[in-house]
This record gives sequence, structure tokens and C-alpha cells, in this order.
Amino acid sequence: MSKSVVEMPPKGGFSFDLCKRNEMLSKKGVNPPSFRKTGTTIVGLIFQDGVILGADTRATEGPIVCDKNCEKIHYMAPNIYCCGAGTAADTEAVTDMVSSQLQLHRYHTGRESRVVTALTLLKRHLFNYQGYVSAALVLGGVDVTGPHLHTIYPHGSTDTLPFATMGSGSLAAMAVFESKYREGLTRDEGIALVTEAICSGIFNDLGSGSNVDVCVITKAGKEYLRNHLQPNPRTYTSSKGYSFPKKTEVLLTKITPLKEKVEIIEGGDAMEE
Amino acid sequence: MTKQQANWSPYDNNGGSCVAIAGADYCVVAADTRMSTGYNILTRDYSKLCKLADKCVMASSGFQADVKALQKHLAARHLIYQHQHNKQMSCPAMAQLLSNTLYYKRFFPYYSFNVLGGLDNEGKGCVFTYDAVGSYEKVGYSSLGSGSTLIMPFLDNQLKSPSPLLLPAQDAVTPLVEAEAVDLVKTVFASASERDIYTGDKLEIVVINADGIHREYMDLRKD
Repeated sequence: MSKSVVEMPPKGGFSFDLCKRNEMLSKKGVNPPSFRKTGTTIVGLIFQDGVILGADTRATEGPIVCDKNCEKIHYMAPNIYCCGAGTAADTEAVTDMVSSQLQLHRYHTGRESRVVTALTLLKRHLFNYQGYVSAALVLGGVDVTGPHLHTIYPHGSTDTLPFATMGSGSLAAMAVFESKYREGLTRDEGIALVTEAICSGIFNDLGSGSNVDVCVITKAGKEYLRNHLQPNPRTYTSSKGYSFPKKTEVLLTKITPLKEKVEIIEGGDAMEE
Repeated sequence: MTKQQANWSPYDNNGGSCVAIAGADYCVVAADTRMSTGYNILTRDYSKLCKLADKCVMASSGFQADVKALQKHLAARHLIYQHQHNKQMSCPAMAQLLSNTLYYKRFFPYYSFNVLGGLDNEGKGCVFTYDAVGSYEKVGYSSLGSGSTLIMPFLDNQLKSPSPLLLPAQDAVTPLVEAEAVDLVKTVFASASERDIYTGDKLEIVVINADGIHREYMDLRKD
């Protein structure tokens, strides 16, 4: 008996065909389009009544700032929020997906979501994609088991910490936390420390900038302080202002009327019987 | 033995933007004072401007180590010139010297993008703009460096210059008065520092006119 000549595609597992194609294309000089990376400072800490998350609001594409006031603290559940660094599309998509799954889970169970549930869903998704979904997250929330703070790396590994930083400004922010964090901070002290850590990222890391967003989550509820601090106003505006009077010069004017593409024959032959 | 190749680069890019505008009786040369590498700020207070002669100032972005070497070389050449001729070098002469100096290192260039501003022999403002290997042109205004893609279109819109191909050659100086030119420079840098991450901290403006050299500073975004 002869073997079958037709090669069947393997059942299950991953297909790496496109990886080979992409490698071939990039060798020939066809590069994939660039995407918006949020070179970022995001932080979180646990204080006496819950969790505080913080983020800057700059989104960059290479050396250019493409959004001066974007939102990096994403909603996951009423008692859970998540800061995202990395490719903006990935952090938004992955947090939206998981927040939808959490909502369905709440409908099913009729109970408040737990932070570990969100953590597991996020890390499972990221691990599946082997680090190609470039989302580095700081996940924080308060549930029935108390306040929780986690970091999640793009490959799917996670940490559980009392204070955490992520993104290109993570070292600048961690320097502040390492020198000033202690257990049992009050709400105001916590917000001040988070703000200082984010400011450290804003001013010392070129990938971070503009304003400070803060989100305080306690057992009682959450408080989202959008643009809590705006330390970078415009530095100079000319008193007389500038106008752009020179219009595009018209070199040639020619009007081509639309042509009838379909000829309509009036009084055509009647349909044959 | 397989071919060995360098796995490091002798160059870095320290960012920053430079602008120069020439007027009928003045020249404005300006640059921000941020020096950075990658996502780090090395210093917020580094002058990219260099006074090469009494009426000649150079602004340089690119790799500041190369810029420093270039500035030292030009200073030495200018000192020799003074000993030999007992006078300061004119701005057009310095422009040619800079071009020759850059082209001398054609195959291991100074990674520096220079713009030279000053007054010519008649006291009229002049700006010379360069690439890294010494190609240069006399213009009415110029912008170089990391924020130049944001600044140049704005200057083009506000100060449309005559084509360099016209015969007889048209005067390239801008029609602005000195205060308007300084205001324009402040505006373009405030705008560039909003969108270019390598431009910021402080703006250093030098105005060269018949009275001599006048320097002023303005704060820019620090994030």
C-alpha cells in the first residue's frame, strides 16, 4: 500500500507560516508598519484602605509625541483597574477583552470579581502569545479577600507586590518608592507618593510626560482622579498670534463632468414570452 | 578567519534642535539646552551654541562629542588666522572653513548638524546651513536637529524665501524686524518641545547685530 501523497495540515498546535513569511519580507526590506508605543510610567501601591494606581499621559511613536493626554488606567471591573504600558493597541485590547470576560463571570456567579481572576485571565492570554502581545501591566483592586496589587510582564509572568512600577519610566518611579514607601500609608500620603513617583518618570524619562492620572480603589468604591496634576503647561504663546494666510496656489483648473456609465435605452423591446 | 566587524558604534545621537534666522541688520541663532541619549536626559543645561568669531555663532545638534571636537578644531584654526592676519575671521570665511573641515572627514564624518549665523562684511545677517559632510548653502533661515521636521514647515510658511535658482540672485534675508524674529523663534521652540521628546528644558537665543552679541534664555517643557 502506498502512502498518501497529499500532506494534511497538522491538527492543533500553532502555525508559524506567517513568521517565515515575515522574516522573508523583512530580509527583502519590507518592514511592518510602526505602532503607537506608550513609552510610559505606570505605578501602583497598597495603602491602609486599598490600592492606588498612577500613570502619566504621554503616548509616543518613536521620538514624536502622538497623544499628549491619553488614558493609561483602564477599567477592568468596578473594583479593579489596570495600568498598561507597551503597545497601546495591545494594552487596550487585552484589558477590554478581560474586562468583558469578568463581566460575564459576574453575571454567571452573581458575585464581585476577584483580582486574582483578572490576573489569571490576563497572564493566560499573554502566555499564549509568547510575548508577542506586548502589554506590561500593573493590576490593582480590592475584593472580598482584601487589597491586591500585581505586575504582569508581556510573556505572562506575574508578581504580587506592595508597590510596583512598569514601563520605560519604571526605574525613575521605583527609585521614589524604594526610598519613601512604608506600610500603612494614609490615603493622602499614598496619593502624594504615587504622584511623586509618576512625576519622577515624567521629568526624567523621555518616553513619559504631560499629566498625572491617579485611581484610588477602596472597599467603599473607586475614585478616578483624571489629570490629578498638570505640571507641564505650554511655555510660550506669542502675544500677537500667528496666522497662515498663504493658501495653496491654484495652478490649473479643469472640470471633467461625470460620464454616464450605463446607457439607458428607452422604449426597448418588450420581454419575449 | 571570518571577517571581524565592529559590534559597537562610535556614534550616538544626543538630540536637540537648532534654528537660525537672518534679517537685514541682525541674525538670530537659537538652540534648546537638553542633551539626551535614548530615553535618558544627560543634562538639562548644555549649550549647543558656540561663538566662533566676533560676528559668527554656530549651533550644532547630533553627537555632542563630535561637536565638541569640531568646535575645538575651529577655535584653533581661528586663533592661527588671527595671528596670521591680525583680524577676526568674517562669517562667510568661517562658513567655508567649516565646510572644508567637515569634508576633510568625508569617510569618518563628524556626526554633527551645524547651522552658522552671523553678520557678513556689510553688516547684513547671514545664515549658512550644513549637512554632516560639509555640503553648505547660504539661506535666509534654517532649522536642524531632532525637531527640525516640526519647525521647518512653520518657518517656510511664515518666511517664504526666494528660490536660489533665480537670476539675478535674490536676497535671502527675511523681512522681519529683530523682535519679531525672536518671537518667532520662541514660538517654534515652544511648539517643537510639545511634540518632540528630544527638544526641551531651556531655549538659548543669541542675537548678533551691530551692537554685538546679546544672549537670552526662555524655559521650555521639562518632561
